[in-house]
Amino acid sequence: MKEIKIRIESLSVSYGTKPAIKNISLNIARNQVTALIGPSGCGKTTFLKTINRLNDFNDKIRISGKVYIDDLDIYSKNVNITELRKKTGMIFQKSNPFPKSIFDNVAYGPRVNGVTNREELYDIVKSCLMKAALWEEVENNLYDSALKLSGGQQQRVCIARALAVNPEILLMDEPASALDPLSTARIEELIMELKKNYTIVIVTHNMQQAARVSDMTAYLYMGELIEFDKTRKIFTNPSKKQTEDYITGRYG
Amino acid sequence: MLWQNLFSEKNSLKNFEVIELINKFKIFLFVFLFLIILITFGGLLNLIFNNSIALIAYILIVSIIIVIIKKKKTNLFHVITENTFIILTSLSSLVVISFVIYILTYIFIIGSQHITWEFLTSNPTEGLTSGGIFPAIVGTAFLVIIMSIAGIPVGTITAVYITEYAKENSLFSKIVRFSVNSLAGVPPIVFGLFGLGFFIGIVGKQIDNREIISKYNNINTMFLQSDSPFYKDNQANPREVISFFKSLKNDYSFETIEALEGLVLKGEYKNYNLEFYIEYLKERERPKWGQPALIWAALTMALFTLPLVIISVEEAIKAIPPELKEASYSLGATKLQTIIKVVLPGAVNGILTGGILAVSRGAGEVAPILFTGVAMYLPDLPDSLSSQFMELGYHIYVLATQSINVELTKPIQYATTFVLLVLTFTLNFTAIFIRSKTRNKFNRES
Repeated sequence: MKEIKIRIESLSVSYGTKPAIKNISLNIARNQVTALIGPSGCGKTTFLKTINRLNDFNDKIRISGKVYIDDLDIYSKNVNITELRKKTGMIFQKSNPFPKSIFDNVAYGPRVNGVTNREELYDIVKSCLMKAALWEEVENNLYDSALKLSGGQQQRVCIARALAVNPEILLMDEPASALDPLSTARIEELIMELKKNYTIVIVTHNMQQAARVSDMTAYLYMGELIEFDKTRKIFTNPSKKQTEDYITGRYG
Repeated sequence: MLWQNLFSEKNSLKNFEVIELINKFKIFLFVFLFLIILITFGGLLNLIFNNSIALIAYILIVSIIIVIIKKKKTNLFHVITENTFIILTSLSSLVVISFVIYILTYIFIIGSQHITWEFLTSNPTEGLTSGGIFPAIVGTAFLVIIMSIAGIPVGTITAVYITEYAKENSLFSKIVRFSVNSLAGVPPIVFGLFGLGFFIGIVGKQIDNREIISKYNNINTMFLQSDSPFYKDNQANPREVISFFKSLKNDYSFETIEALEGLVLKGEYKNYNLEFYIEYLKERERPKWGQPALIWAALTMALFTLPLVIISVEEAIKAIPPELKEASYSLGATKLQTIIKVVLPGAVNGILTGGILAVSRGAGEVAPILFTGVAMYLPDLPDSLSSQFMELGYHIYVLATQSINVELTKPIQYATTFVLLVLTFTLNFTAIFIRSKTRNKFNRES
C-alpha cells in the first residue's frame, strides 16, 4: 500500500434533510488514480466537492466526519480555504473555460494568487499546456478565445488551468463525458501521464474508462460506499453482488 | 429568435432556419392580407349600412362563403361564432398595430420635414416660436450622462450583492428585492417630488450652509491677518476695505462681495462677529445647490431608472454558468477576485443593456426632473453641476402649453418629438441587440 494522501473518516453530507453521502470512510493513496463509480445521484460529485470545499457555497449543506489531506483536517477552523483549493485542482464535467483567451485561462490561477510578471506567467502557461498535451496545438493562437477550441481541447485547457496553481491532487468530475472517443482517449492518456506527479480522483460513468485508467475503484450507491478495492479486483472478482450487478450492467 | 437570426454574424442561417423564417413570414403575410381584406370589406359595407349592421352582415357573408367553399360537414352556427371571435380578436390587435403605425408615421413624416442641421445646432429664438433645440439636446445628453455615472455603478453593485452575497430567501434579500420592485412601480412624479424634497431641500441646503460657513470662516481669518484693513482696532478706511473685498473677487461670488461691501458702506463692518456675517449673508447669498440643478435632476433620474439597471444586471449575472464561478474558486480565487474577474466581465452586456435602457427611459421621462432642474428656456448651456438645463421632453411640453403662440410652434413640436423618438428608439434597439448577443455568449462550439 502506498502512502496515503487523502484520508476520509466517517464522512456524511446532507442537503437540508436529504442525505447525499452516508458515513463513508476511505483512504486515497498518493500518486494513484482512484475512480468513483456509481449510478447518477449517488453522491460522487458531492464527494469530490467535499474534498476541495466547493460545497461551502451551498447554504443548506451539512457535513460531518473528517477529511484529512496530508494529515491536515480540512474542515478545522484555521484552514486557509484558498490555499486548500489551490492544492486540489478540479476538472469539471462540462469543459468550462472562462470566456477569455487560452493564455488568460491558464494564467488565471497564478494571477489570482499574485503572479504578475509577464515572463513568469508565460513560462507557467507554456509548461502547463505542455503537461496537458495541448501546447503544440495552440502555440500559435495562445491569445485567441478558448471558446473557439474543440470540446476536447477546451477540456485540456481546463486541465492546464488546474495544473497552473501547482496542485497536489486533481479532482476530475466525469472529465470525458461530453467528448468524442478520440478526445476521450487523449484525456485518458493524459491522466495516466499526470498520475506520476499528482494524486487523482476521478468520477466516471464509463466502466471501461474506470478499468483503463484507475488503480483503485470505489463503488458508491445511494450515498453509501459499497465496495472499495483495487480496480483489477473490482472488475474481475468483486466481493459484493451489488457491485457485480452494476459493473455488468444489471443495475436497475 | 428573429433578432438572433438576423443580427448574429456567427450563426449563419442554416437551411432549416431559412425555412423556419419563411414559414414565420408566411403566417405573418397571411394574417396581414387577411386583415386588409377584412378591413376593405368592412369598410365597403360600412358605407352602405351603419356600423353594427355592417359587422353582422360581414360576419354572415364571410361565414356563408366559407360554408360554400368548404362544403364538407360544416355547421353554419359554428362557423358564425368562430368568425365572430376571429374578427373581434383581430380587430383588437389591429387597434394596437394601427396606433403604433399612426403615431410613428405621422410624427416621422411631419417631424422629419423640419429637421435641418440649423435646427439641431441653434438656440430657440423669438420666444420659442422659431430657431433650434440645441440647448435641449445638450441638456438631455448631460442629464443622461450624469445619470449613468451615478446610477449604473450603484445598480451593478446592488445586483452583485443580491446575486452573490445575500443568502437566498434571507429576510434582508427579500427586503432588497421588494424595494427594487416597489421602486419600479412608483409613479415618476413622486420621484420628482422626492428629488425636490430630499436633494434640493435637504442635501442642497446643507451644502449651501456649509459653504457659507466655510466662506465666512475664511473671511474671518483674513480679517485677523496683519495685512487686513481690519487689523488695527477696526479703524479701517472704508475705501481700503472695499478694495480689499474686490481683491477677493476670484475666490468669492459677486453677490458675496457685494454684500460685504454693502456692510462696509453702512459702516457696520466694525461688528464683524462671525455669526452676524453668516446670518447676514445667508439671507443674501443666492442658493447654489439648494435650488433646481443638473446634478439633482440627474440623481433623481438615476434613482428612477435604478430598477432597470438592477434587474438587467441581475439577469445577466444569473446567466453566468455556475461552473465558471466554481472553476474560479477551485483555482484558489477569493470571492472578491471571482466577482471582479468572472462575474462582472460575464455581466458586462447586462450592465450595458441596463445602462442603455436606463438612458432611453431617462431621456424620455419628464416628471422626475420637473421640479429638480429643468428650465423652460436657457440661452446658455449648463456649465456646472449646479446650473439648470433644457431637456427635450420638457421642451415639447413647454412648446405645446407654455408658448406665446402654440400654433406657430407646431412644426418645432413635431421635429422635437421626432428627435426624441429617434433617440429613444435607437437606444432601445441597441439594448435589444446587445441582449440577444448575451444569450449567445456562453454557448460553446463543440
